[in-house]
Parts: sequence; C-alpha cells; structure tokens
Amino acid sequence: MSEAGCITRVTGALVEARPLRDVALYELARVGDGGLLGEVIRLEGETATIQVYEDTNGLKVGEPVQPTGEPLVVQLGPGLLGSILDGVARPLELVAAEAGDFIQPGITVPTLDPERRWPFQPRVSPGRRLLPGDVVGVVEERAGRQLPILVPPDIAGVLAEISPGDFTVADTVACLEDGTALNLAHRWPVRRARPAARRLPAGRPFITGQRVFDFFFPITEGGSVSVPGGFGTGKTVIEQSLARHAAADVVVYVGCGERGNEMADVLNEFPQLMDPRTGHSIMDRTVLVVNTSNMPVAAREASVYLGMTVAEYFRDLGFSVAVMADSLSRWAEALREIGSRLQEMPGEEGYPTYLGNRLGKLYERSGRVVALGAPEREGVITLISAVSPPGGDFSEPVTQASLRVCGALWALDPALAHQRQFPAVDWETSYTLYAEETTAWFAERVSADWPDLRATLLELLQRERELREIAGLVGPEALQDKDRLLLSAAHLIREVVLGQSAYDPNDAASPVEKTYRLASLAYELYQAALAGLDAGIGLDQLDMEPARRALTNYRNAPAGEAQAWADTASTALARLREQAAAAGDASGSPAAATDEAAEGCASAAEDQEDRQAQVSP
Amino acid sequence: MTDFSRIYHGARSAGGPLIFLEKTPQVAMGEWVTITAPDQPPRRGQVIDAGREITVIQILEETLGLPPAAAEITLTGQTATAVVGRELLGRTFNGVGQPIDDLPAPVGEARVPIWGAPLNPVRRGRPGEFIETGVSAIDGMNTLVRGQKLPVFSGPGLPGLELAGQIVENARAPRGEPFAVIFCAIGITAHETYTFLNRFERSGAMERSVLYLNEARDPTIERLLAPRVALSEAEYLAFKCGIHVLVVVADMTHYCEALREIATAREEIPGRRGYPGYMYTDLAGLYERAGTVLGREGSVTQIPIVTMPDDDITHPIPDLTGYITEGQLVLSRELHRRSIFPPLDVLPSLSRLMNSGIGRGKTVPEHREWANQLYAVYTQGREARLMATIVGEAGLGEADQRALGFAERFEREFVGQGSWRRSIGDTVELGWQLLETLPRDDLLRVSDPTWEARRAATA
Repeated sequence: MSEAGCITRVTGALVEARPLRDVALYELARVGDGGLLGEVIRLEGETATIQVYEDTNGLKVGEPVQPTGEPLVVQLGPGLLGSILDGVARPLELVAAEAGDFIQPGITVPTLDPERRWPFQPRVSPGRRLLPGDVVGVVEERAGRQLPILVPPDIAGVLAEISPGDFTVADTVACLEDGTALNLAHRWPVRRARPAARRLPAGRPFITGQRVFDFFFPITEGGSVSVPGGFGTGKTVIEQSLARHAAADVVVYVGCGERGNEMADVLNEFPQLMDPRTGHSIMDRTVLVVNTSNMPVAAREASVYLGMTVAEYFRDLGFSVAVMADSLSRWAEALREIGSRLQEMPGEEGYPTYLGNRLGKLYERSGRVVALGAPEREGVITLISAVSPPGGDFSEPVTQASLRVCGALWALDPALAHQRQFPAVDWETSYTLYAEETTAWFAERVSADWPDLRATLLELLQRERELREIAGLVGPEALQDKDRLLLSAAHLIREVVLGQSAYDPNDAASPVEKTYRLASLAYELYQAALAGLDAGIGLDQLDMEPARRALTNYRNAPAGEAQAWADTASTALARLREQAAAAGDASGSPAAATDEAAEGCASAAEDQEDRQAQVSP
Repeated sequence: MTDFSRIYHGARSAGGPLIFLEKTPQVAMGEWVTITAPDQPPRRGQVIDAGREITVIQILEETLGLPPAAAEITLTGQTATAVVGRELLGRTFNGVGQPIDDLPAPVGEARVPIWGAPLNPVRRGRPGEFIETGVSAIDGMNTLVRGQKLPVFSGPGLPGLELAGQIVENARAPRGEPFAVIFCAIGITAHETYTFLNRFERSGAMERSVLYLNEARDPTIERLLAPRVALSEAEYLAFKCGIHVLVVVADMTHYCEALREIATAREEIPGRRGYPGYMYTDLAGLYERAGTVLGREGSVTQIPIVTMPDDDITHPIPDLTGYITEGQLVLSRELHRRSIFPPLDVLPSLSRLMNSGIGRGKTVPEHREWANQLYAVYTQGREARLMATIVGEAGLGEADQRALGFAERFEREFVGQGSWRRSIGDTVELGWQLLETLPRDDLLRVSDPTWEARRAATA
C-alpha cells in the first residue's frame, strides 16, 4: 500500500492531497482523521484529486489521506438479494446500527453478512480444469432458491480441493492447484463491466404488467428504454410499478438522487408484496441501491455503476434481471458537478463532453448474453432508466444522449398528467424499436391479431388527435357522427387500455391476456357502433353505455370477477350488434343510410324514428 | 475537529462577499470565521474553499468599507452551529439565529451543526398522517401529510404568502398532538414581514412558533444560512421533543438568487440561467430535511414558497424544486384576477403523498374516487371553456356544457372559499353536492358501490 499524503485543499466534494506516489486512477483512499471514503479521479505529479463520497464539512487542510490500493469494489455472493445498499455498497441497516438515524461520515461496514453460514453443495470434483465463470457448486439461499457459486471472471486453474458444508462468505470452499482459494463471494470493481461469453440478439418480450407498455410500446428482455418526463408526470410510479410487477427473476432498483420519502415507501411496501411467480416477498428478488438527493453527490455517481455490477452478477448466474435507474439525470448532474469542480471545459448545458460516451457504455452493460463458464447459461439485463429533463424539455443533453443508445422511448407528457391520465405516456412521441420481435411473440402466444390490433388502435388514437384539433375549431357538435363516435371510442381506449392506476389493487398489474381482451373488446365496441351508424342509427340512439360500463368494471374487477364482466361486455356488444342488424334489415339499404348519417345526426335521428314507426306493427 | 482558533493579520484580496486568505495550513472546510478591522463593526464569515495556499471565506455582512490588508481574521476552529430547544418557541431571530426581539439570547437545550446530516433512508418513516389545512383545494384535492414537503408555486403579485399564512393559522393536529410552526423569511420585504407577523399575532399562533427573519435589506449570505438554522431547530423540536413541526419558508427564489450570487463571485461555471450546476443538490439538502423517523414521535413538514419568475414553471427554481418536493400547489393568475381566493389551480397541482394520507380512518373512504371524479369533470369543463371561446357556448355538446357550468361553480364555491376554514367533512360534502348537479352517466370515475353508499347516506 502506498504512503499517506496530506490534504492541501478542500472544495465541495473534492479534496486535493499530496504527496501521493504510486496511486492509481480510481483507487480508493481514506480521507482525513475521520477516514472518509474517497476515490482518486485525477493525478498530476504527486498531487491527487479525490472525490469524497461523504460530507466534507469539517475536513481540515493537513489531515492525512491514506490510499487503499484497491478501486471501488462490491462483494458479490449469497445474501445480496433483499439488501438495501447505499451508493458505495454499504448496507444502510448496518450504517444505521453504527451511526443512528442520521448518516455520519466515515463508517465502514461489509456488504455481505460476514457471520452468516450458507449450506454449500459442490457440483464439480477435484482435478477438473476450471475456467472463469464455471459453476463450482450451489448454495441454498432460502428454501427453493439455489444460488450458483461461480469461479470469478478473472480466475482459472485446476481444482485441487472442494468440500461441502456450511460456510461464511469469507471461508475457503475450494482451492485451485496454484493455491488460489475460492470463496462463496468474490469482489468486482464496479466501474468495470463484467465479461460474458457472447452477446445474443433480443429475446422474448419483457412483460411489464402495464398495458400501455405491453400492448403499445413493448420492449424485449435485454432491451433498454428511456423514460423521460418532467416532474409530476409519474416516472417514479412507473419505475416502482415495474419493480413490483414486471416478469424478472431479479430486480435491481437504483434510487439515484431521488426523494427519501419515496424510498421509505419502497422499503415499507416491498417486503409486504408477494411475487406471484414465486410466492415469496417481492423483496426476496430485489436489491435496492439508495442514494437520495441529500446524500453525497460523488456516491450518487457511483451508485449507478454499483447497480449495474450487481445486475451483471445475477446475469452471470443465469437470471433475467431488470434494472430500474431513477434517475439518470441525477447521475449526469453528479458528473457535471464534479467536472465543474475539476475546472473541466464544459460541453452542452455545462455537462462534461464525455457524458454521451459514459451514458452509452452504461446502457451497453444491459443486454442478453451467454454467460462465461459451464454449464451454459443465458442471462439478461433489461434497463429501464428514468430521465428528468429540466422544464420537461426533451431537447436537453441527457435525454438526447439516452435516445441515441436506448431501444425504446416511453415519453411522459405533463398535459396528460394534468388530466390525470396515468401512466401519462404520450403515444405520439413514444416509440419502440422492438415492435416486430415482440408483437410476433404476442401473436403466437396470446392472439394472432395482436400486431394488427395494436396498429389499428395506434392509428385510431392518432386520428383522434387530428379530430380534436378540428373539434377545437368548429366545436364537437359540428362533427359528423362517425367522427364523434371515433372520439368517444378513443376516449374509451384511453380510459380502459392506456389508463391504469398503480394504486388499484385489482389493476396495478394487468396480465397480457387481460390487456389484449380489453383492447380487443374496446375495438369491437367501436366496430359494432360503426355498423350501427352504417345501418342508419343516429349516434345518440346507439346504446353503448352498458358495454362501456362493463369494460370499466372489467378493468377494475378482482381476478375472480373479471371473467364475468368480460362476458357482460360481450353480451352488451352482441345486443348493440343486434340493434345495428335490425336497423340495417329495416332500412334495406345500409349504403343509403350511411349517406344520410353523414349529413348530420339530427336528420339521421329523425329518419331512424320514421323507420321504427314503419316497422312497428 | 480541534477547537482552537488562529488569527491572521490581513487578507490577500477581497471581492464582493469573499475574502481570500494566504498560507492557511490548518484551515477546515466550513469553518466559522470572525473578521475585525479598525473602525469597522465585527463581521462573520465561513470557509467555503479550504486550501493550504489560498482559502476562500464568504462574509455574511456587507463588505462595504472593509480593508482586506488591515483586517484581522480569526479562524475559530468551529463549524456553523445553532442553538436549538423548546425555549425558542415564541421568539424571533435573524437569519443566523441571533435574537431580534430585544430579549436575551436563549441558552437552548443543545447546539447543533446547521448543515444537518442526511436521514438514513431505512430509518425514514412513511408519511401517512393527514394534516387538515382547512383549505378545500388542498385537503380535498392535494392532501398534505406529515413529513411531506409541498411547495406553493406563486408568481409576482400572487398571494402565496397569504395562503401560507392561512395554512399556518388553520392547520390542526387531528388528535391534539403537540404542534409548532417555524417561519423562515428569506429576502422578503419589511411590508410582507409585517403583514405576516400581524396575522400571526392576531391568531394567537405566536406562542407555538419560532420566527427566523432575513429581510431584503439583510445580508445576502445570511439567506443561505437562515433555512438551515430554521431546519435545525425544526429537526430538534420534531425528533428530540416529539413535536409536529410545520416549516414555512418564504421565499425560495431569493435563496436561489443568493446561491447564484455567491457562485458567480467564486467564478464557478454557471449552469442554466446562471444558477450553479449543484443547485439541485443544494436545494435537496434543504427540502429533504422534511420527514418522519421510525420510532420517533414528531415530524417535519415543509411548505416552501417559490415565486416563479414571470409565472414560468419551467424556470430552474420551480423546476428543480418540483423534482425534489412531493408535489406542488400552483397558484393561478387567472383565478386571482377573478378575485378567487385562494387562487389554487388544482390541475397542475399535485400531492404525491396524498394516497397515503386519505381514505378510511383518515379522511373519508371514498376520497380517492371522489377526487378523481372532481378532477375529471373539472378538466372537461376547462377544455370546454377553451373551446367555447372559439365556437361559443352554444356550439358545445350537452355534456361539455354541463361540465363548463360545473367548472364555474367548482372554482367559485369549492376553490374560492375565501379566508374561512373549512373542515374536511364540509369539503367532501360540498364536492358531492357539486357532483350531484350532474347526471350519473357523467360520473364514470365513481364506482357503483360508492355511488350507492352516497345515495344511502343522503337519503
């Protein structure tokens, strides 16, 4: 380990120290008498600039700085799932046990519990040649979940010794012929992407349980999506809904520079929520990385890398991992803040010029891969990152840099949020580059007409926006019946397909079958009503209300009653069709009736009454 | 930190509120400094950049007449602290916590660093206790809960401070728990202070309040310290004494301008509109001091007032504030022009913690549905109003005409309640009465069971 130096300057989160010889870039150092954790980010001669992960108030010029000889690493192994870490991988529960309710600087605690013993079962025998990433055994983390133990990515050799038993994370469970010890846990520098054998193309859809995403803007497992939105548009609610309901084996939630009370919400709620796929608490599949906005800014920068490294570890074990990063803008701002203190020449809006580059590298740590080692395992990281553009303006650098590297955009719109249309996803601006792969999967697994229905509904919503502009000029009453019907159908689609309350216990997660059924029934209603108009019935005479009410109830119903409401909706639709058919028979010529209907609702309604008078006995 | 002071004779240079000191081998970040000079009043300052060769000190008071070469600068060896305790209740202080009510300085129960330490997220309680402010547009539509930070986005000439005054006067702890108000004025005018204080004294709220006043004529730098001193007292009252504390800070816009002034004096690289790039982090350091702590009685609730320059909600100050706080209460110039008080525009307003503070056992069971329905019809009414300006009211559909009429009454009667206090029960009842002017088919957000329950209750 190199010799200690002395602090020569303190400015914000940065400390300058000298003389420091033989230190490396990104090496960790203990700063000051309190031993604050910091990272060397610039070296000039014997002067090192260190970003400090803790509050620098009270640090004094002349206090010692001790390099540790190691970069920022995280301990990966059994016990990681369910933990709540700060930006530099300290479990917050242990920090609280050491320092009390308020975080004090200079605390050192291990990421994984050093005391706890895990039952280990070897899966390989001595004499075998081990390569990086090979599974040497498993640990039963809890009933029903086995966690593979890997040869770390930077180690290989012939296995000399391995034994079953109960071990702590630091115990030697196996030994290579060259004397290298293998433990249940290993350490990995968070800034270095973990290697994989090879990358795979996009796979199946990533099922979010949110209709607007699954139906309109689906992404694949291993894909990445950017979720920009001004404040109050519901980014965090979306991130949290996905963390709760998305189909993933492991969720890494990075609360980066966000609100403390929101994290308290997550911490309070997740342990009580059940994962329907496993029957265990949702917390059992989650790792939370929490660095709220009032915690030190340098640790905020590190927290995103920490989250990605944890995700890569579970990917390497063969899991499907979802990373929720909330929000990358705060991470970018941390870069900006540190860059500006380093007196770097700023790029756009004061952000450092390497912003796009770093962001790209971060996004590229997601994806679907074949993990290193035997047996062959496929692992996936899906990245959902919130972006907080200042003033809700998407032209700002972080949003734009994200869009260049992610595969989908879920754009949130304040106007929709003001109308309390949640999730406030703007269906015109949002896009997905994964539409083809994913809708093909849905067509095969759910219903063959999924891709067509999706395209049709998107078109209908598009047409609605145009019509609303016209209606804004001439008034809705001046529109033709068909156009008014379209407005009303689009309204229904917005209510029951796009709209979904994260707080409604029955609708917070929508299975894909329900998503499809709602979309399909809403469209059938439109079709049936259109047939009614064609048959010459005026829009005001069409009895759409029962079907509409049934659809709303279907959306809100608990799983047990859903089917009944779907059936009610179907029955109401059938009745509407009968109404149309009857009118069509009565008028004899639907084509003529269509022209009449097009002339205006009043005349059509009169005609309708006339016709009814004619057919009645 | 060691507690000895060192004296330097003469600073190398000075500029604006900053002085620069040479050869300072033991200086500490954030260290408190006193500056004296012949024929000059004593000044206080703080180390904001600590270096062995050059140290930057920010001076609290006006630097007019300060000769840097002749100044005597004492590094006190202490960081900024404030006296806190229950005996401060009923008292008035300046922005650094010195009494300005002609009474002796309080001894207090403790002396704490004003920077505060971040509350460990795992020790945070989940805010969920309803605070009745007596304002329908807040209690009904954007419910405030204990431990929340909910800013008022006001505009020049809009009654943001009046609304805050009304809330302070009327806010109640539902079960009579200990309750206190801390008012922190930052850069407001003497007139505003006078109006606010007058109101305080009339309502008898003074004895449960602590006031920290930094007026427009007071030193700029004090503006950066005032909210921190106030929040230190708030945290002490809340988490040491078990009191529910409501902190009103007016006006955060002045705070941010002081922040910008100092950043510019330090020649930092400016961010958007000249505000420093770390303004988000800095503001978070204040706003995040609201909250509750697991296993402790009290709470800190914040109502900061932000004046949006030119009513622009995308201006960096309201924008960054909105990203940190749990919602916002937005005042509308249009409603204000129509003499509606409080002129709260409920559509862009939002309380993120509302759902945890309402419902059965807290307000009324149907609160969420009821509020959703009011939002929905009111939104429709506002859209209809816009359309009516183009096509005329007669050109609207029947449902739109009904919604338009509803919106008018909603603004006049529900939002525009005047300075009277309205209980949550009365708020809910009034909302229902307005909704019941519409046919059932217009009220799709109200479920059948809720509708039946309401019918049964009123029958």
